[in-house]
Amino acid sequence: MEFFDFYRKDRWPHQFCPGCGLGTIMNCLYKAFNDLNIDIDKTVFVSGIGCTGRVPGYINADSLHTTHGRAIAFATGIKLSRPDLNVIVISGDGDLFAIGGNHIIHAARRNIDLKVIAVNNANYGLTGGQMAPTTPYNMITTTTPYGQREYPFALAELIAAAGANYVARWTTAHPNQLVKSIKEAMQTKGFSFIEVISQCPVNFGRRNKMGDPVFHLRWIKDHSVPISKMTFDINSPYDIVDLNTKGIYIIGDLVKRNRSPYGEIEKEIEVKGPQE
Amino acid sequence: MLTPGRYFLAGNIAAAEAALIAGCRFYAGYPITPSSELMEHMAKRMPEENGVFIQMEDELSAISAIIGAAWTGKKAMTATSGPGFSLMQENIGYAAMTETPIVIVDVMRGGPSTGQPTIVAQGDVLQSRFGSHGDYETIVLAPNSVQELFDLTIRAFNLASIFRNPVIVLSDAELAHMVEKIEVAQKYDIVEFNQVEVDLVPSFVPLGYGFKVAVTGLTHNFKGYPITNDVKVHRELVTRLVDKIIKNEPTISDVEIINPEAETIIVSYGISSRAAYPIIKDNKDVGLFRPRTLWPFPESKFKEIVKGKRVIILEMNLRGYAIEVERVGRKYGGKDFETIHIIGGEVPKPSHIEEVL
Ligand SMILES: Cc1ncc(C[n+]2csc(CCOP(=O)(O)OP(=O)(O)O)c2C)c(N)n1
Ligand SMILES: [Mg+2]
Repeated sequence: MEFFDFYRKDRWPHQFCPGCGLGTIMNCLYKAFNDLNIDIDKTVFVSGIGCTGRVPGYINADSLHTTHGRAIAFATGIKLSRPDLNVIVISGDGDLFAIGGNHIIHAARRNIDLKVIAVNNANYGLTGGQMAPTTPYNMITTTTPYGQREYPFALAELIAAAGANYVARWTTAHPNQLVKSIKEAMQTKGFSFIEVISQCPVNFGRRNKMGDPVFHLRWIKDHSVPISKMTFDINSPYDIVDLNTKGIYIIGDLVKRNRSPYGEIEKEIEVKGPQE
Repeated sequence: MLTPGRYFLAGNIAAAEAALIAGCRFYAGYPITPSSELMEHMAKRMPEENGVFIQMEDELSAISAIIGAAWTGKKAMTATSGPGFSLMQENIGYAAMTETPIVIVDVMRGGPSTGQPTIVAQGDVLQSRFGSHGDYETIVLAPNSVQELFDLTIRAFNLASIFRNPVIVLSDAELAHMVEKIEVAQKYDIVEFNQVEVDLVPSFVPLGYGFKVAVTGLTHNFKGYPITNDVKVHRELVTRLVDKIIKNEPTISDVEIINPEAETIIVSYGISSRAAYPIIKDNKDVGLFRPRTLWPFPESKFKEIVKGKRVIILEMNLRGYAIEVERVGRKYGGKDFETIHIIGGEVPKPSHIEEVL
């Protein structure tokens, strides 16, 4: 697939800020599509509102740019009516986890066959850099002028707990791994979710001494911890919630399950419970 | 599917069966009194008709899912009541902006807020038309019997297909739960997408066929590409969206008129209007103007009869359709306007009208 088979040439140039991570993410999508030879005419890209929400509009496929927070619910309607289509949701952390938080946990619970890319840039980029439910502790945004004083969500862990079949977290500093992860998601049936930590030098970086995109990207890389180094032991000094609060991101595949996707759960599910 | 013949059905069930006859094959909803039986019936019936039924996590997602389904070329609907209808408003505007054919049955109950969950009202008449932000139009139908609820639900799908617009059926707690005899006809005219060409309505190209469709709620050009700071693009788009409904009002609007020569005309719709029949039956001096299509306002029909008339508006809210009836009525020479507003759950009786006559 040529570059402009994947992108809508007549929508070029794009509107993203210089140094934005979305370009990397889009190119990773292109690479994954190219490697797997996915039929772009059998693919629908769905998004909510935000900078990330503008991504589908630049891709040369069917696109549905919906209302703020509701992308997952629109995508649910598409997938259930046309199960033969690849339905990919790409949207922002605010869109998917603040205003749209209810829809994403329920879609994961249903294990509906959607591929979701959540771009975590730690803020509301489009509206000028307000706090998001992902903003790490102490970080400055336009609505946390004294520093963030809330605990952020661990997006990937939240979706893993909600029941998705595939969950991973990567960053724009790990493009090769991200491509691999997108391919894994595309080949997994059921709800597949990738959180991508991304730089937003203009609206988030600048207020946190990371206005230089390269610096911002390096910060992300330095704050990434491979999941293999984590011990999920009750006495471990690493607690997901605390790491996340500090802006330290566990990267890698968090979950690979093989639960029947929505619509195929015909048999009684065997539940392994505590011994009676 | 219901075969032709006579049935004895509650309104909620009749509406669901009518939707299936109209070709509806996607239902997403969230339970709410007094609409829940419609949803429950769909849960049972959709799989039998190879359609999709899903109970969503709220009304925001219910309307989102049906819009998504509609964009794959499916006829899709949801049903709700006041609180849920309020939650749907943003995406009703989205459906209007993106010209998505969907049907919403709003089973009205007493509001505002949680209000009177099990009790009839007509408080959503203005919301059904003005509830979302910005300039847009909806088509709103108001049946006054189970038979009409059945027939108008079929028509709602046809209108949605023809005009690529959200269509709202205003049912209410009374119609939804009362059981009446209905006649299912031998044959219904069912309109498919792109079957009828209407001025100002572009053809509908669904997702999933390789047409690289771009859909957005942002102001957009004919390709669906966002163009948000061009005066002309916005004006042309929004004016066309409004005009495609308003200019076609004469063909959309449907009214029942009895005793048009009478000096006094009762204007009423939905369940309220049933109070008028005993009065006009043996009194040729009183007439009835009953819109089955509330919006667009049936101006072309009202102007024919309103000149020099005394108009009595009867409805179950404190401030509703009367505002528009009086505005349009005065424009065309209506003389006196009186209103009977009954709220609380009491269904209007002929005596309410007699008091004013
Ligand atoms: C109902 C509603 N509320 C608020 C907004 C304004 N708004 C647009 S995008 C956005 C946040 C976007 O943040 P995020 O989802 O993180 O996307 P990003 O721009 O960071 O990619 C907000 C609050 C809106 N469009 N609609
Ligand atoms: Mg963001």
